[in-house]
Amino acid sequence: MIRWLFLLLLACGPAWAVNDPADQLPDARLEERARVIGRELRCMVCQNQSIEDSDADLARDLRRIVREQVAAGKSDTAVTDFVHQRYGDFVLLRPPLKLATALLWATPAVALLGGLLLIRGMRRRRAADAAPESAEELSATERARLAKLAGGHNE
Amino acid sequence: MSEAVPSPWRRRSLLLAPVAVAAVAGTGFYAMLRGMGTGTYDPRGVPSALLGKPAPDFSLPALEGAERPALGGTDLRGDRPVLLNFFASWCVPCVIEHPQLMTMMRDGVAVLGIAYKDKPEDSLGFLRRHGNPFAKLGVDQPGRVAIDYGLYGVPETYLVDKGGVVRWRWAGPITPEILAQQITPLLKRFA
Repeated sequence: MIRWLFLLLLACGPAWAVNDPADQLPDARLEERARVIGRELRCMVCQNQSIEDSDADLARDLRRIVREQVAAGKSDTAVTDFVHQRYGDFVLLRPPLKLATALLWATPAVALLGGLLLIRGMRRRRAADAAPESAEELSATERARLAKLAGGHNE
Repeated sequence: MSEAVPSPWRRRSLLLAPVAVAAVAGTGFYAMLRGMGTGTYDPRGVPSALLGKPAPDFSLPALEGAERPALGGTDLRGDRPVLLNFFASWCVPCVIEHPQLMTMMRDGVAVLGIAYKDKPEDSLGFLRRHGNPFAKLGVDQPGRVAIDYGLYGVPETYLVDKGGVVRWRWAGPITPEILAQQITPLLKRFA
Protein backbone atom coordinates (compact mmCIF):
# COMPACT_ATOMS: atom_id res chain seq x y z
CA MET A 1 0.00 0.00 0.00
CA ILE A 2 2.78 2.36 0.97
CA ARG A 3 4.41 1.55 -2.34
CA TRP A 4 1.37 2.84 -4.21
CA LEU A 5 1.25 5.92 -2.05
CA PHE A 6 4.82 6.64 -2.99
CA LEU A 7 4.14 6.23 -6.67
CA LEU A 8 1.10 8.47 -6.42
CA LEU A 9 3.10 11.10 -4.59
CA LEU A 10 5.88 11.12 -7.13
CA ALA A 11 3.29 11.88 -9.78
CA CYS A 12 1.84 14.84 -7.91
CA GLY A 13 2.87 18.30 -8.97
CA PRO A 14 4.08 20.79 -6.41
CA ALA A 15 1.99 23.65 -5.09
CA TRP A 16 3.90 25.91 -2.77
CA ALA A 17 1.18 26.78 -0.32
CA VAL A 18 3.17 27.93 2.67
CA ASN A 19 4.89 31.25 2.60
CA ASP A 20 4.75 32.59 6.11
CA PRO A 21 7.42 35.33 6.13
CA ALA A 22 7.89 34.90 9.88
CA ASP A 23 9.23 31.38 9.29
CA GLN A 24 11.64 32.30 6.52
CA LEU A 25 15.34 32.75 6.97
CA PRO A 26 16.62 36.27 6.33
CA ASP A 27 19.43 34.92 4.15
CA ALA A 28 17.84 34.07 0.78
CA ARG A 29 20.49 31.47 -0.04
CA LEU A 30 19.95 29.60 3.23
CA GLU A 31 16.19 29.88 2.83
CA GLU A 32 16.43 28.34 -0.64
CA ARG A 33 18.52 25.49 0.76
CA ALA A 34 15.97 24.93 3.53
CA ARG A 35 13.18 24.80 0.93
CA VAL A 36 15.02 22.27 -1.19
CA ILE A 37 15.48 20.07 1.90
CA GLY A 38 11.89 20.56 3.01
CA ARG A 39 10.43 19.64 -0.36
CA GLU A 40 11.95 16.18 0.00
CA LEU A 41 10.39 15.60 3.42
CA ARG A 42 6.91 14.26 3.82
CA CYS A 43 4.43 15.89 6.14
CA MET A 44 3.46 12.93 8.33
CA VAL A 45 0.07 14.44 9.07
CA CYS A 46 -1.14 15.06 5.51
CA GLN A 47 1.06 12.31 4.07
CA ASN A 48 0.64 13.52 0.51
CA GLN A 49 2.37 16.85 0.92
CA SER A 50 5.90 17.89 1.67
CA ILE A 51 6.52 19.89 4.83
CA GLU A 52 7.01 22.94 2.61
CA ASP A 53 3.50 22.54 1.20
CA SER A 54 1.63 21.60 4.32
CA ASP A 55 -0.23 23.83 6.72
CA ALA A 56 -0.16 21.24 9.50
CA ASP A 57 1.34 22.16 12.87
CA LEU A 58 3.85 19.36 12.72
CA ALA A 59 4.99 20.45 9.25
CA ARG A 60 5.56 23.97 10.57
CA ASP A 61 7.60 22.59 13.47
CA LEU A 62 9.71 20.56 11.08
CA ARG A 63 10.17 23.55 8.77
CA ARG A 64 11.46 25.50 11.74
CA ILE A 65 13.82 22.70 12.71
CA VAL A 66 15.15 22.48 9.16
CA ARG A 67 15.73 26.25 9.10
CA GLU A 68 17.36 26.28 12.54
CA GLN A 69 19.77 23.58 11.50
CA VAL A 70 20.52 25.13 8.12
CA ALA A 71 21.19 28.45 9.85
CA ALA A 72 23.42 26.64 12.35
CA GLY A 73 25.60 25.51 9.46
CA LYS A 74 24.56 21.85 9.18
CA SER A 75 24.92 20.19 5.80
CA ASP A 76 21.84 19.23 3.76
CA THR A 77 22.38 15.53 4.40
CA ALA A 78 22.82 16.12 8.14
CA VAL A 79 19.49 17.93 8.29
CA THR A 80 17.71 15.25 6.26
CA ASP A 81 19.31 12.54 8.45
CA PHE A 82 18.01 14.27 11.58
CA VAL A 83 14.43 13.94 10.37
CA HIS A 84 15.01 10.52 8.77
CA GLN A 85 16.30 9.06 12.05
CA ARG A 86 13.16 10.16 13.87
CA TYR A 87 10.50 9.44 11.29
CA GLY A 88 11.95 6.59 9.24
CA ASP A 89 11.97 6.01 5.49
CA PHE A 90 8.38 7.12 5.08
CA VAL A 91 9.32 10.73 5.76
CA LEU A 92 11.52 10.82 2.67
CA LEU A 93 9.45 11.57 -0.40
CA ARG A 94 12.22 9.92 -2.42
CA PRO A 95 12.62 6.58 -0.66
CA PRO A 96 16.20 5.31 -0.25
CA LEU A 97 17.28 2.33 -2.31
CA LYS A 98 17.77 -0.62 0.03
CA LEU A 99 16.60 -4.19 0.41
CA ALA A 100 13.19 -3.27 1.79
CA THR A 101 12.51 -0.75 -0.97
CA ALA A 102 14.18 -2.65 -3.82
CA LEU A 103 10.84 -3.91 -5.14
CA LEU A 104 9.48 -0.37 -5.12
CA TRP A 105 12.31 0.87 -7.30
CA ALA A 106 12.38 -2.23 -9.46
CA THR A 107 8.65 -2.26 -10.20
CA PRO A 108 8.84 -0.29 -13.50
CA ALA A 109 11.66 -2.48 -14.81
CA VAL A 110 9.90 -5.65 -13.63
CA ALA A 111 6.65 -4.55 -15.29
CA LEU A 112 8.45 -3.74 -18.54
CA LEU A 113 10.36 -7.03 -18.52
CA GLY A 114 7.17 -8.94 -17.72
CA GLY A 115 5.39 -7.26 -20.63
CA LEU A 116 8.22 -8.06 -23.04
CA LEU A 117 8.30 -11.70 -21.91
CA LEU A 118 4.54 -11.90 -22.33
CA ILE A 119 4.73 -10.51 -25.86
CA ARG A 120 7.53 -12.92 -26.76
CA GLY A 121 5.59 -15.85 -25.32
CA MET A 122 2.48 -14.91 -27.25
CA ARG A 123 4.39 -14.53 -30.50
CA ARG A 124 6.10 -17.86 -30.05
CA ARG A 125 2.83 -19.57 -29.34
CA ARG A 126 1.24 -18.02 -32.40
CA ALA A 127 4.20 -19.09 -34.49
CA ALA A 128 4.00 -22.62 -33.08
CA ASP A 129 0.24 -22.80 -33.67
CA ALA A 130 0.65 -21.52 -37.19
CA ALA A 131 3.51 -23.88 -38.06
CA PRO A 132 1.47 -26.84 -39.38
CA GLU A 133 -0.59 -24.49 -41.54
CA SER A 134 2.42 -22.89 -43.16
CA ALA A 135 3.55 -26.09 -44.79
CA GLU A 136 3.47 -24.36 -48.16
CA GLU A 137 6.55 -22.42 -47.06
CA LEU A 138 9.50 -24.70 -47.42
CA SER A 139 12.76 -24.59 -45.54
CA ALA A 140 16.04 -24.20 -47.34
CA THR A 141 16.87 -27.92 -47.17
CA GLU A 142 13.39 -28.85 -48.41
CA ARG A 143 13.72 -26.42 -51.28
CA ALA A 144 17.14 -27.83 -52.17
CA ARG A 145 15.73 -31.36 -52.11
CA LEU A 146 12.78 -30.34 -54.24
CA ALA A 147 15.07 -28.63 -56.71
CA LYS A 148 17.17 -31.73 -56.92
CA LEU A 149 14.13 -33.94 -57.50
CA ALA A 150 12.68 -31.57 -60.05
CA GLY A 151 16.04 -31.16 -61.74
CA GLY A 152 16.37 -34.95 -62.01
CA HIS A 153 13.07 -35.13 -63.89
CA ASN A 154 13.91 -32.40 -66.34
CA GLU A 155 17.15 -33.79 -67.43
CA MET B 1 -4.04 -19.08 -40.52
CA SER B 2 -6.51 -20.62 -38.10
CA GLU B 3 -7.06 -19.33 -34.53
CA ALA B 4 -5.01 -21.17 -31.96
CA VAL B 5 -7.21 -23.38 -29.82
CA PRO B 6 -6.23 -23.01 -26.13
CA SER B 7 -5.64 -26.23 -24.30
CA PRO B 8 -8.49 -27.18 -21.89
CA TRP B 9 -6.44 -26.49 -18.75
CA ARG B 10 -5.60 -23.02 -19.93
CA ARG B 11 -9.23 -22.29 -20.67
CA ARG B 12 -10.27 -23.41 -17.23
CA SER B 13 -7.53 -21.40 -15.53
CA LEU B 14 -8.59 -18.33 -17.49
CA LEU B 15 -12.11 -18.72 -16.15
CA LEU B 16 -10.86 -19.20 -12.60
CA ALA B 17 -8.40 -16.29 -12.65
CA PRO B 18 -10.96 -13.49 -12.04
CA VAL B 19 -12.61 -15.56 -9.32
CA ALA B 20 -9.26 -16.09 -7.61
CA VAL B 21 -8.35 -12.40 -7.85
CA ALA B 22 -11.75 -11.42 -6.43
CA ALA B 23 -11.36 -13.93 -3.60
CA VAL B 24 -7.90 -12.67 -2.62
CA ALA B 25 -8.96 -9.01 -2.83
CA GLY B 26 -12.14 -9.73 -0.88
CA THR B 27 -10.27 -11.51 1.89
CA GLY B 28 -7.78 -8.65 2.08
CA PHE B 29 -10.49 -6.01 2.26
CA TYR B 30 -12.37 -7.97 4.87
CA ALA B 31 -9.25 -8.25 7.05
CA MET B 32 -8.56 -4.51 6.64
CA LEU B 33 -12.10 -3.47 7.49
CA ARG B 34 -12.20 -5.79 10.47
CA GLY B 35 -8.90 -4.40 11.72
CA MET B 36 -10.15 -0.85 11.28
CA GLY B 37 -13.33 -1.76 13.15
CA THR B 38 -11.49 -3.12 16.18
CA GLY B 39 -8.78 -0.48 15.97
CA THR B 40 -5.98 -3.00 15.38
CA TYR B 41 -5.28 -1.74 11.86
CA ASP B 42 -4.66 1.84 10.83
CA PRO B 43 -4.40 2.42 7.07
CA ARG B 44 -2.40 5.59 7.69
CA GLY B 45 -0.16 3.88 10.21
CA VAL B 46 3.59 4.10 9.75
CA PRO B 47 6.04 1.98 11.74
CA SER B 48 8.15 3.91 14.22
CA ALA B 49 11.79 4.45 13.29
CA LEU B 50 12.64 4.05 16.97
CA LEU B 51 11.72 0.39 17.41
CA GLY B 52 14.63 -1.52 18.91
CA LYS B 53 16.51 1.71 19.60
CA PRO B 54 17.09 3.49 22.90
CA ALA B 55 14.33 5.92 23.82
CA PRO B 56 15.55 9.50 23.17
CA ASP B 57 16.60 11.34 26.29
CA PHE B 58 14.72 14.42 27.39
CA SER B 59 13.83 16.51 30.40
CA LEU B 60 10.40 18.11 30.64
CA PRO B 61 8.88 20.40 33.28
CA ALA B 62 6.10 19.12 35.53
CA LEU B 63 2.47 20.08 35.08
CA GLU B 64 1.74 22.59 37.82
CA GLY B 65 -1.15 21.48 39.99
CA ALA B 66 -1.21 17.88 38.78
CA GLU B 67 0.75 16.71 41.83
CA ARG B 68 2.96 14.50 39.74
CA PRO B 69 6.74 14.66 39.40
CA ALA B 70 8.31 16.02 36.22
CA LEU B 71 9.35 13.55 33.52
CA GLY B 72 12.77 12.86 32.08
CA GLY B 73 14.45 10.20 29.95
CA THR B 74 15.91 8.49 33.02
CA ASP B 75 12.39 7.73 34.26
CA LEU B 76 12.00 5.34 31.33
CA ARG B 77 14.71 3.00 32.60
CA GLY B 78 13.82 0.97 35.64
CA ASP B 79 12.84 -2.43 36.94
CA ARG B 80 9.82 -2.78 34.66
CA PRO B 81 8.60 -1.70 31.23
CA VAL B 82 6.79 1.62 31.00
CA LEU B 83 4.23 3.12 28.67
CA LEU B 84 4.93 6.64 27.48
CA ASN B 85 1.74 8.36 26.38
CA PHE B 86 1.52 11.62 24.45
CA PHE B 87 -1.84 13.30 24.93
CA ALA B 88 -3.56 16.68 24.68
CA SER B 89 -6.78 18.14 26.00
CA TRP B 90 -7.73 19.19 22.45
CA CYS B 91 -7.41 15.65 21.17
CA VAL B 92 -10.68 13.76 20.79
CA PRO B 93 -9.25 10.20 20.46
CA CYS B 94 -7.43 10.87 23.76
CA VAL B 95 -10.82 10.86 25.45
CA ILE B 96 -11.57 7.49 23.85
CA GLU B 97 -8.37 5.89 25.13
CA HIS B 98 -8.41 7.46 28.57
CA PRO B 99 -10.45 4.72 30.28
CA GLN B 100 -7.87 2.18 29.09
CA LEU B 101 -5.04 4.27 30.58
CA MET B 102 -6.97 4.44 33.86
CA THR B 103 -7.43 0.65 33.79
CA MET B 104 -3.70 0.12 33.30
CA MET B 105 -2.88 2.53 36.10
CA ARG B 106 -5.20 0.60 38.43
CA ASP B 107 -3.54 -2.65 37.32
CA GLY B 108 -0.20 -1.24 38.42
CA VAL B 109 1.28 -0.51 34.98
CA ALA B 110 3.71 2.40 34.92
CA VAL B 111 2.03 4.92 32.62
CA LEU B 112 3.99 8.11 32.00
CA GLY B 113 2.43 11.10 30.32
CA ILE B 114 3.56 13.94 28.09
CA ALA B 115 1.11 16.78 27.45
CA TYR B 116 1.72 17.70 23.81
CA LYS B 117 1.21 21.28 22.60
CA ASP B 118 -1.36 21.99 25.22
CA LYS B 119 -1.91 24.88 27.60
CA PRO B 120 -1.05 23.62 31.11
CA GLU B 121 -4.41 24.74 32.49
CA ASP B 122 -6.20 22.83 29.72
CA SER B 123 -4.19 19.65 30.39
CA LEU B 124 -4.99 20.02 34.07
CA GLY B 125 -8.71 20.44 33.35
CA PHE B 126 -8.62 17.35 31.11
CA LEU B 127 -7.02 15.23 33.84
CA ARG B 128 -9.41 16.56 36.50
CA ARG B 129 -12.38 15.66 34.31
CA HIS B 130 -11.23 12.20 33.18
CA GLY B 131 -8.82 11.18 35.94
CA ASN B 132 -5.02 11.17 36.03
CA PRO B 133 -3.49 7.81 35.05
CA PHE B 134 0.09 9.10 34.92
CA ALA B 135 2.75 8.28 37.51
CA LYS B 136 4.89 11.08 36.13
CA LEU B 137 3.96 13.88 33.82
CA GLY B 138 5.89 16.22 31.56
CA VAL B 139 4.77 19.26 29.59
CA ASP B 140 5.98 19.54 25.99
CA GLN B 141 4.44 22.77 24.75
CA PRO B 142 6.88 23.37 21.88
CA GLY B 143 6.50 19.74 20.78
CA ARG B 144 10.24 19.20 20.39
CA VAL B 145 10.47 16.03 22.49
CA ALA B 146 7.58 14.69 20.42
CA ILE B 147 9.61 15.21 17.24
CA ASP B 148 12.54 13.35 18.80
CA TYR B 149 10.14 10.43 19.18
CA GLY B 150 8.86 10.71 15.63
CA LEU B 151 5.39 11.58 16.81
CA TYR B 152 2.94 12.59 14.11
CA GLY B 153 -0.27 12.95 16.04
CA VAL B 154 -1.87 12.46 19.42
CA PRO B 155 -2.47 10.16 21.08
CA GLU B 156 0.65 8.08 20.61
CA THR B 157 1.94 5.50 23.03
CA TYR B 158 5.41 3.97 23.29
CA LEU B 159 6.35 0.87 25.21
CA VAL B 160 9.86 1.18 26.61
CA ASP B 161 11.49 -1.90 28.15
CA LYS B 162 13.59 -2.05 31.32
CA GLY B 163 16.74 -1.24 29.39
CA GLY B 164 15.20 1.91 27.96
CA VAL B 165 14.69 0.47 24.47
CA VAL B 166 11.55 1.33 22.50
CA ARG B 167 9.73 -1.95 21.80
CA TRP B 168 6.35 -0.87 20.48
CA ARG B 169 4.56 2.23 19.34
CA TRP B 170 0.88 2.79 18.76
CA ALA B 171 -0.28 5.87 16.86
CA GLY B 172 -3.93 6.32 17.72
CA PRO B 173 -6.22 5.65 20.64
CA ILE B 174 -5.68 2.58 22.78
CA THR B 175 -8.91 0.64 22.44
CA PRO B 176 -9.82 -2.23 24.81
CA GLU B 177 -8.78 -4.57 21.93
CA ILE B 178 -5.34 -2.98 21.61
CA LEU B 179 -4.90 -3.23 25.36
CA ALA B 180 -5.88 -6.90 25.49
CA GLN B 181 -4.27 -8.11 22.27
CA GLN B 182 -1.07 -6.08 22.19
CA ILE B 183 -0.15 -4.19 25.35
CA THR B 184 -0.90 -6.87 27.92
CA PRO B 185 1.15 -9.58 26.15
CA LEU B 186 3.99 -7.11 25.53
CA LEU B 187 4.10 -6.05 29.17
CA LYS B 188 4.37 -9.74 30.13
CA ARG B 189 7.07 -10.37 27.55
CA PHE B 190 9.22 -7.46 28.68
CA ALA B 191 8.43 -7.74 32.41
